[in-house]
Amino acid sequence: MVNRETEPIFWTLFSAVGVVAALFLPVQLFIFALAVPFGWMHAPAYESLRALVHSPITRIYLFVLCSLPLFHFAHRFRYTLYDGLQIKHLNEVVFAGCYGIAVLGTLAAAYLLWVV
Amino acid sequence: MSSSGQASTPAQASGGATSPAYTEFHPRWYRPQVSTYWWLGKWAYVKFILRELSSVAVAWTVAIILLQMFALIRGQQAYLRFEHVMRAPWMIGLNVIAFAFLLLHSITWFNLAPKAMVVRVRGRRLPAPLISGPQYLAWIVISAIVVAIIVSRG
Repeated sequence: MVNRETEPIFWTLFSAVGVVAALFLPVQLFIFALAVPFGWMHAPAYESLRALVHSPITRIYLFVLCSLPLFHFAHRFRYTLYDGLQIKHLNEVVFAGCYGIAVLGTLAAAYLLWVV
Repeated sequence: MSSSGQASTPAQASGGATSPAYTEFHPRWYRPQVSTYWWLGKWAYVKFILRELSSVAVAWTVAIILLQMFALIRGQQAYLRFEHVMRAPWMIGLNVIAFAFLLLHSITWFNLAPKAMVVRVRGRRLPAPLISGPQYLAWIVISAIVVAIIVSRG
């Protein structure tokens, strides 16, 4: 399971990225998944939201917000399956699945923010 | 090698009279079987697994953001449909759970920092609240800024 050459890189990525997920993700989910549907906040107008997402700073922000937390997920979920659920015979599948999701999500974010 | 200070003599190491008797089968390694549900017995272990499972909520949130951007690009009708789906009871239920897990991740992560990095000032270890405190402050400030930006677009 543990590759001594590459494992520290994954752990460093994991910790750096955990901060991003901790600081920026809750407010994002709170606004669009709770506050707006419950009516605590006015839904932003379509055109105005589109203009906001079009600005370069927002695009970079959203790209970081999508990509980095996915790698955090990949690393942590891989170890949840390994330590928690004791799934040790499918390491290669789990590894490919977790990081595959992260890479695909990053590519999707890059594409969407490119064409927006 | 033994760590109790009894260094083995060359005769023992080379497998003389003291070597174990030959057996047909390879000795079985000591590997205790761990149940899949080993973490259910103790609240601390359950908390550990819940904390680790928060990563699923992180991925879920990113998926929501990607769907929202996709809808935003496709046009106003698609975005209205996105907003409609976000109001569905099952979606709200899932998002309440996901939000609770995100909070769990943030709080455990900020509280972990003082344990992971030891900062010393004038030879004394900086107390934990001085390391996790600024992170909580940054969390509040960032959240307030994002809310203000979205409110200004309302």
